[in-house]
Amino acid sequence: MSTATSNAQKKGGFLAGTANYLDERVGVAGILKEFGRKIFPDHWSFMLGEVALYSFLVLLLSGTFLTFWFQPSMVPVIYDGAYGPLKGAEMSIAYSSTLDISFEVRGGLLMRQVHHWSALLFVAAAGLHMLRVFFTGAFRKPREINWVVGFALFVLGMAGGFTGYSLPDDLLSGNGLRIIDGMIKGIPVIGAYTSSLLFGGEFPGESIVGRLYSLHIMLIPALILVFVAIHLFMVVIHKHTHYSGPGKRDDNVVGYPLMPVYVAKAGGFFFIVFGVIMAVAATFTINPVWSYGGYDPSPVSAGTQPDWYIGWLDGALRLAPTHLEFVIGGYTLSMNILLPMVVGIAFLVVVALYPFIEGWVTGDKREHHVLDRPRNAPTRTAIGVAGVVFYAVLWAGASTDLIATHFKMSLNHVLTTMQISLIVLPIVSYIITKRACLSLQRKDREIVLHGRESGRVVRLPHGEYIEVHEPMNEYEIYKLVDFKAYQPTLARPNAKGVITVRARIRARLSRFFFEDRVEPVTQAELEAAHDHKELH
Amino acid sequence: MNKRKINNARRSPFAAILVIAAGLLVAGGGYAGATAAVAHSTSGSYTQEQVDLGKKLFLSNCASCHGKNAEGTNYGPSLIGVGAASVDFQVGTGRMPGQASGPQLMKKPVQFKQDQIDALAAYVSSLAPGPSVPDEKYLATNGNTTRGGELFRINCAMCHNAVGAGGALTEGKFAPNLKGVEAKHIYEAMVTGPQNMPVFNDANLTPTDKKDIISYLKYIEANPSAGGEELGGLGPVAEGLFLWLFVLGGIVGITIWLGAKSN
Repeated sequence: MSTATSNAQKKGGFLAGTANYLDERVGVAGILKEFGRKIFPDHWSFMLGEVALYSFLVLLLSGTFLTFWFQPSMVPVIYDGAYGPLKGAEMSIAYSSTLDISFEVRGGLLMRQVHHWSALLFVAAAGLHMLRVFFTGAFRKPREINWVVGFALFVLGMAGGFTGYSLPDDLLSGNGLRIIDGMIKGIPVIGAYTSSLLFGGEFPGESIVGRLYSLHIMLIPALILVFVAIHLFMVVIHKHTHYSGPGKRDDNVVGYPLMPVYVAKAGGFFFIVFGVIMAVAATFTINPVWSYGGYDPSPVSAGTQPDWYIGWLDGALRLAPTHLEFVIGGYTLSMNILLPMVVGIAFLVVVALYPFIEGWVTGDKREHHVLDRPRNAPTRTAIGVAGVVFYAVLWAGASTDLIATHFKMSLNHVLTTMQISLIVLPIVSYIITKRACLSLQRKDREIVLHGRESGRVVRLPHGEYIEVHEPMNEYEIYKLVDFKAYQPTLARPNAKGVITVRARIRARLSRFFFEDRVEPVTQAELEAAHDHKELH
Repeated sequence: MNKRKINNARRSPFAAILVIAAGLLVAGGGYAGATAAVAHSTSGSYTQEQVDLGKKLFLSNCASCHGKNAEGTNYGPSLIGVGAASVDFQVGTGRMPGQASGPQLMKKPVQFKQDQIDALAAYVSSLAPGPSVPDEKYLATNGNTTRGGELFRINCAMCHNAVGAGGALTEGKFAPNLKGVEAKHIYEAMVTGPQNMPVFNDANLTPTDKKDIISYLKYIEANPSAGGEELGGLGPVAEGLFLWLFVLGGIVGITIWLGAKSN
């Protein structure tokens, strides 16, 4: 059948023949040798990005299935399908085809639920992966650009999710679009024109579902694929980072090769993620579109919320102070819409640029392949926790109504508490985290110098009581001392002998980052401590 | 000539009074007619014994807040004209007699038997006409569920949520979950507008409309989601919470297990 097997040079059977055939034509041996021997370190936290990747594959598969039946048209029809309480109702073709997928297409409801659950999982796993990268300092040189690519993937995930959420044209998705429409219209000068352009006239118009569909199935997944490719390619170029340990240095990677260990492991893990998604989709309802009815601009149901990844923006809108409208020359400037938008964009910009900010402050141009323990970068960790808390308060802000009803509280009190928390909690959590990190570092020093407390108290011949400390072995000590504590830099004059504002800001930031620090134990200190012990 | 005469009549000093009188008559008569059409009172369907028993129960259980003659006090509103439907709803769902005062009276175990509730209703409806307990034929669940669903989404979902799971109002008040509420009580709530709920009278939603809404609610109650466990019908918040805690949490658990295996 195949050329390779029928060829005369068939020596090692079918596999070897095929391999030889491919190698002679596309040089597969070189590629396999290069990729197959890539080393990946083993740690659970290195699999979070994989979860996002696998959810994306599931999204592509289930999404393709859905495109076979979904019709992105807003032309009104009278529903005559299987779901009783909508029979005879007027609705758009988009909504009626979504109902058909749910009730009439074999496996359609399962696939819809697989698609929606994996969308939620994709963004969540990507977010958790980002947190891992942030708190371990994996974004440092040479990986700054890959951080930005990953950030772009997270934002594209949000965009893909939101465009998908809006497609069924039910009441919930329509209300979500109405909020977007309101936000766009709140932008000064260009707002009304942009909205009109996007919706093809006044909201809701007749084109938005078709347009979002094009974005959702073509542009956004294509961009995600491209960025995933760049992301993974850069992982290969940079090699994977690893956690500190004996023999693990900035110029090596300790782990197992891709072939065969990681191919098998990652392949198996893909099926585990796929299996979890299928099991959840088969047993838990997500977005029961039939409950919401077709979109009609007049009703707004209680409990109208976006999917989780847009929640923080919805929360920002809810927490924005009211009465912040200015009328300038007959034009209304709606700050209660603009302020949340500005805050949201500013937050995203800071996240995207953080590696460059930290790199500028430290001035560290060396490559880093050994990860930081979060406690060994106290200021970064504290900034990260403050950011997470800020995001979390905005996020919780999107469910003020449910918090109020489920915990029997006043909606107004919940809202006010969250408004205060949004400012206060990040500051408090910054201080607490930084202090906690420094304390943990001091504890590490203590353990390295004097060993671990064994809990065994002995009485010496002259009557003194001491607790016996068990010394650590070298391997354990290595993990506790292998880090670098930066010292704050001073503002130095440039070639012309002038201290620039830039230099001053940098010195100020450097002090902010590294003024409080705990130095790792030096060899001399360790020896001194051991000598001291022998005197006992 | 004719035109001139009319103009003269218009300038007559009585013209303004006549116009106002006519206007009042039309508006007042119209309103009386409309309200009469809406508040179909039936105080004759109860027996005198029921009224008497109701009065006794009222004096010993309700009068401390609502006044001896149901005229209302600082602690409770007047019940004159609230009708039998209001009593049947408030007492029948356990909200009355009220317990702790708070932003809203809570549902709790019913404290009276149905015949006692009927007696209380009889007494209150004997004070003045008001909305009566709905006719059985409007409580059957064979109405038009499509229409009921549409009416529910337009009139009720903004407080009660699209699937009747309930929602928050201001200052600790809330719209309750409608799951498990008797058809009769749903109807009575619409007619009487208890607590923060607006009144949906028969001009607003006809008895047939109400029947359709009840049919829809009972349909979704009897036919749970085809997609599996509903997570409270609360929408994306519950879904997101479930995803983070259980789906992603479970997968992270698996990664830790896989990572631990190799060590």
